[in-house]
Amino acid sequence: MQAKILLAAAALVALGAASAGAQSGPVKIGVLNDMSGLYSDVGGKGSVVAAQMAVDDAGPVLGQKAVVISGDHQNKPDVGSSIARQWYDQDGVDMITDVPTSSVALAVTEVAREKKKLALFTGPASSDLTGPKCNAYAAAWVYDTYSLAHVTGGAVVKSGGDTWFFITADYAFGHALERDTGDVVKAAGGKILGDVMVPLSTADFSSYLLQAQASKAKIIGLANAGGDTINSIKQGAEFGIVEGGQKFAGLLMFISDVHSLGLKVAQGLQLTSPFYWDMNDQTRAFSKRFAEKTGRPPTFDQAGVYSAVAHYLKAVKASGTKDPDKVMAEMRALPINDFMTKNGKLRIDGRVVRDMYLFEVKKPSESKAPWDYYKLIQTVPGDEAYRPLDKGDCPLVKNG
Amino acid sequence: MLSFLPHIALPPTPALFAQLLIGLINGAFYAMLSLGLAVIFGMLNIINFTHGAQYMLGAFCAWLALNYLGIGYWPALILAPIVVAAAGMVLERLFLRHVYKLDHLYGLLLTFGLALIIEGLFRQYYGSSGQPYSIPDGLTGARNLGFMFLPNYRAWVIVASLAVCFGTWFLIERTRLGAYLRAATENPTLVQAFGINVPRMVTLTYGFGAGLAALAGVLAAPIYQVSPLMGSDIIVVVFAVVVIGGMGSIVGAVLSGFVLGLVEGLTKVFYPEASNTVIFVVMAVVLLVKPAGFFGRTA
Repeated sequence: MQAKILLAAAALVALGAASAGAQSGPVKIGVLNDMSGLYSDVGGKGSVVAAQMAVDDAGPVLGQKAVVISGDHQNKPDVGSSIARQWYDQDGVDMITDVPTSSVALAVTEVAREKKKLALFTGPASSDLTGPKCNAYAAAWVYDTYSLAHVTGGAVVKSGGDTWFFITADYAFGHALERDTGDVVKAAGGKILGDVMVPLSTADFSSYLLQAQASKAKIIGLANAGGDTINSIKQGAEFGIVEGGQKFAGLLMFISDVHSLGLKVAQGLQLTSPFYWDMNDQTRAFSKRFAEKTGRPPTFDQAGVYSAVAHYLKAVKASGTKDPDKVMAEMRALPINDFMTKNGKLRIDGRVVRDMYLFEVKKPSESKAPWDYYKLIQTVPGDEAYRPLDKGDCPLVKNG
Repeated sequence: MLSFLPHIALPPTPALFAQLLIGLINGAFYAMLSLGLAVIFGMLNIINFTHGAQYMLGAFCAWLALNYLGIGYWPALILAPIVVAAAGMVLERLFLRHVYKLDHLYGLLLTFGLALIIEGLFRQYYGSSGQPYSIPDGLTGARNLGFMFLPNYRAWVIVASLAVCFGTWFLIERTRLGAYLRAATENPTLVQAFGINVPRMVTLTYGFGAGLAALAGVLAAPIYQVSPLMGSDIIVVVFAVVVIGGMGSIVGAVLSGFVLGLVEGLTKVFYPEASNTVIFVVMAVVLLVKPAGFFGRTA
């Protein structure tokens, strides 16, 4: 009996030593995203490169250089949350970032809440992450469905597109984007004529396009992303959607999507983005460095990963600890400033409020260089682009 | 009664015709791909999981030929299948021949592994969002059929696919070469005794199957993005199609390809959420009721 107790005590001491070891090791950052599927060009390896760049630029943090590890969640919530659990519990990861695919992010944010560790999302769009599902350890760094809906949706309705049909990706993100855009359209006096829920990663959209065509809606809202958006628009051209007088509204488009479509098909599309590589000297300088490592300019998700990691490391340095509560408080106190962010602020609900930009895709004749794709139509200040703090049903706001 | 299905609403008849036609076009791809699989399984007894990768390679060959060599769509339609068939034959000589005598499972695992490697390499170099490939000049545009707007290119896909399916069936079921092939699957030793080089015939058959996949890939290139993932997305469905039709049956593969295209098309209208599941539901039911598939010769 005594031997057993001694053994247990020894084990406890060993455990304690191990976790103390984890506490004092280098700051560890986990990039969790889709490494091989339809969203891997949006984030993928590029996000790992961006995180590493931020770590290199930050230099030693708490006496040691931070470490970046990465994982593939395959767009599956169960895979994502079990990697997150493993990282937080066993691998000593202090902060998880990126996590495209809202359904996975909604699972990971629950793990972050439970483990009291940080998750700084740049990939997922669902506005629920900072709404009903918000928590004190998670942040949505670069965009959400609300801002996409308000900036793109608002602009389209203003220019006369008042009847809509949605082609929606059938999961958390698509549902949130359709809901948020629908609200904007209805608030501006427009009408929703119909919608169709399409399984994620569909190759053939012709059936859905015909349904959209038959609806006679002026605008076909694409509440999907990545390869799904590309296929919708490309096949839409085949079926004469635009010639027939209807227009696409790509509610979430990354520069990698535009590149893949080609300007001939993509020209004239309006889209919302928190970042474009060719906006000013700082964005160009960062993008040049990034492209030297990856061969292409960063998407806004990848740029956002740099921004999130850089700000996180700054906060760790300033507070002198990895303690998630203290670091989060420091991150909220410090204004966010980097190549893509001007005086951004992290709100209590986890929303980073930053300027958003409405772009239009250039005509082939206007594009002068590789990746010269967007022209700026409008800059929307963060306070107008994002949902007001009290409208999101975030429990933290009610309590505070 | 069906209130749990939120999107059910009967579309007007013309719209339904349009959807059926779309289903038939998608069925054309299923038919062409399952045809190649059926040929390979029928003759080699190999469950060729690299088929999706070979379909993708066909599309990539066309894209590479256009962008690096300036070779257009029509020559690519011939060239890409030849290149992929040649690569397939090398694969057969180097790897597959060693597993013919073993359990099906080994062939399946080998080809599955090869597919993962090929797709992984392409993803590494070309990313996942896909490369644009335009519709050839002669087939752009669309015509108004009254009930729908039919892109000319899609009409061409149906015609080409029917021709390929019929040609393959004719070759295997109605010609002397086909008779040798079928005889060789029944009793290779005896056929060899008649002075026919059976291993070479097997190699050529695998090449032919791979070439069919590549042809479907070139046909698909202008419709879908030329993407490293295009094969793995479709191959699972195609396997279900082959199982439903009956492993190894050419007629079964082609017919069930078209029919399941229609079934999927109708699902996209009535309950789109289930559109990528419906084929597997059909498969499960068929396996329960008729385990050999509709046209399978043996269980």
